[in-house]
Amino acid sequence: MANIRTMTFDAVIVGGGGSGMRAALQLAQSGYKTAVITKVFPTRSHTVSAQGGITCAIASDDPNDQWQWHMYDTIKGADFIGDQEAIEYMCQTGPEAIFELEHMGLPFSRTEEGRIYQRPFGGQSKDFGKGGQAARTCAAADRTGHALLHTLYQGNLKNETTFLNEWFAVDIVKNSDNAVVGVVALNIETGETVYVKSKATVFATGGAGRIYASTTNAHICTGDGIGMALRAGFPVQDIEMWQFHPTGIHGAGTLVTEGCRGEGGYLVNKDGERFMERYAPNAKDLAGRDVVARSMVLEILEGRGCGPDGDHVYLKLDHLGEETLNAKLPGILELSRTFAHADPVKEPIPVVPTCHYMMGGIPTNVNGQALTVDAEGNDEVIEGFYACGEAACVSVHGANRLGGNSLLDLVVFGRASGMFIEQQLREGIELKDASEADIEAAMAGLNHLNDSTGGENASVLRAELQTIMQNYFGVFRRGDFMQEGITKLAALRPRIKNVALGDKSNAFNTSRIEALELQNLFEVAEATAITAEARTESRGAHAREDFQERDDVNWLCHSVFFPSDKRVGKRGVNFNLKTREAFEPQIRTY
Amino acid sequence: MLNVSIYRYNPEVDSEPYMQDFEFDTQGKDIMVLDVLEKLKIEDPTLVFRRSCREGVCGSDGMNISGKNGLACVTPLSDAVKKNKLVIRPLPGLPVIRDLVIDMSQFYAQYEKIQPYMINNTPAPAIERLQSQEERAKLDGLYECILCACCSTACPSFWWNPDKFIGPSGLLQAYRFLADSRDTATEARLANLDDPFSVFRCHGIMNCVQVCPKGLNPTKAIGHIRDMLIRTAT
Repeated sequence: MANIRTMTFDAVIVGGGGSGMRAALQLAQSGYKTAVITKVFPTRSHTVSAQGGITCAIASDDPNDQWQWHMYDTIKGADFIGDQEAIEYMCQTGPEAIFELEHMGLPFSRTEEGRIYQRPFGGQSKDFGKGGQAARTCAAADRTGHALLHTLYQGNLKNETTFLNEWFAVDIVKNSDNAVVGVVALNIETGETVYVKSKATVFATGGAGRIYASTTNAHICTGDGIGMALRAGFPVQDIEMWQFHPTGIHGAGTLVTEGCRGEGGYLVNKDGERFMERYAPNAKDLAGRDVVARSMVLEILEGRGCGPDGDHVYLKLDHLGEETLNAKLPGILELSRTFAHADPVKEPIPVVPTCHYMMGGIPTNVNGQALTVDAEGNDEVIEGFYACGEAACVSVHGANRLGGNSLLDLVVFGRASGMFIEQQLREGIELKDASEADIEAAMAGLNHLNDSTGGENASVLRAELQTIMQNYFGVFRRGDFMQEGITKLAALRPRIKNVALGDKSNAFNTSRIEALELQNLFEVAEATAITAEARTESRGAHAREDFQERDDVNWLCHSVFFPSDKRVGKRGVNFNLKTREAFEPQIRTY
Repeated sequence: MLNVSIYRYNPEVDSEPYMQDFEFDTQGKDIMVLDVLEKLKIEDPTLVFRRSCREGVCGSDGMNISGKNGLACVTPLSDAVKKNKLVIRPLPGLPVIRDLVIDMSQFYAQYEKIQPYMINNTPAPAIERLQSQEERAKLDGLYECILCACCSTACPSFWWNPDKFIGPSGLLQAYRFLADSRDTATEARLANLDDPFSVFRCHGIMNCVQVCPKGLNPTKAIGHIRDMLIRTAT
């Protein structure tokens, strides 16, 4: 008997980061009864850590800038498996979404003309790659994510959005039509479990960088939405595509923005050589992140790494001068001094490629509607279910995301999801109620955990999971290694299912949350591993030693992982641009 | 072995809070206080604290560390250990939910009271509102607040009147909008603050400045607001 309270909303958004709060803002303004379920107070979400900026052709730095050039860069950066319709929508709608944020008060840095300051970022060009480096990333110093997240929270306060702060969504509730009709959620402070019923359930749950041992991601980035979707039997797309950011602080994992290189910083090896000149003669340190990360790993593997163990390289900034660093990169000075014990004004920062971003996720269309693939291979909308931001794969990042595009993605598609749901609600949404058994099904995992006796410590199991992912599914991948990794993961599954719950109390029980997060991490890790092994090519962030070439004949497509039978299928890439002919795949060089 | 003394309170089990001692092997490393807590939690899963970004920007892990409010994730042991002892308590002055987790409702309520959002009812242009670099520079030192509550919970005036005195964090944000050239609600904002408690309970003790993990200066911002209030009054 599912003896729990029901709370009913028109729309419920799971996740209080950038995309969730942008969707919530749209819906709060519409007057529909909306709630945001967020496991941390909204301004503690990981969007807050975004540094360098939000890329968008607002034509401030260059009055002649065009969103079409941004579209081209993004498609190329994605190594041609980004959906072109979605990329077109994002780049074209972007300026409007940015100006809205500015009008809401986002404290962007400014140009001498008083417009929004834009800096160069990797993979940016003018004139479809022919006009040299562009400066298209709108910035609030190097604290753009913080400024954006706080502005969105403030906008939601103004519009009186309902927040269920420090609530944790446990699992999806599906009705007998396989439609999503809300989630079971846990009030962390009291331990109460509630069925949160909704006509529209939006997953804005962010990434899952904590599947790796070394990550820029916050502790909270545990792929909760992906875990819930997979447990509910829904597929995920391109989940093998993980971005390793070139500049995580060695040892700590803390992010050092690409904006450092945008402002003129560069990487050097132990000989002091600016090695990116060899790997990317044109773009150098501002090549795509996948390209830079691989080059760094090769330098290290070939014995040109820095430090006593030769296991990192240096990011040099001191030549930019103290004044510039204080004005443009104050947060980086603070982070480097704290975590690397290096003052960038005087000495370089030790950096190493570090897991940063999940390009894959829940497949959606541009309206945020979550998709599955039917037996004939056609897209099928999952009724009641939406996703946006890092949790979604809409897909604008394909096999490699460009810097500054994550914030744009979450604003544009959070907004788009909100607008579409508002329209759907106006037209009327009829979904069958969940039965007692449907709610029971969503409680099963939590009940199993609460009833656990014995089992192993969650922290120990998590460390084991992270080590497997780091060792077998990192920057470079190889089939036989990955198979070994998959075997190890399979052995880990029952141990994680039976994880110990060393604290059974109700009030603010973070051990319970960590155990649930661990189970979500595992689902993401397994989907990543199986899909990575299946994609027998190298594309974007997915670099295989045993399949070093891109294979457009077989793999110019999305991978789709189906959890019920752990099958990897394929889904076509969208090449339907509305405003021009599609960009055909070409050899990707920088 | 480092002696770590931690404030414990679980409302379901404990009739009152107590300090619990742990022995911790730092292996000679100058790690962060948060790292110590994470490791201790492996041994004792009932130990409860908030954390998220672990790099000092999300504001989750504000706590009282050896007598001083700060963020556990950016406080190295070398700054916190005295005579081989590390003492960790929740931020003072607000109700404790459990262990190091406090109920921040009053703190957030004061933030909401200052209307922490842009008010500008003139029609928005098709592009951004222009702002000069000089005007934008006035927001530096204000917008960076991470709402960690280290400042307000270090403030005796806030301890005394958490329901009536906005507190340093809220006032810093109040000034962030007063100082923004794009905001047009200066008069209404000042009127909203013009009472004996909201601003004027600040006695310039400057604990806020001393503890702010982001190096911000709420006292200075409060001074600006006082000036503005006094100017409008005359």
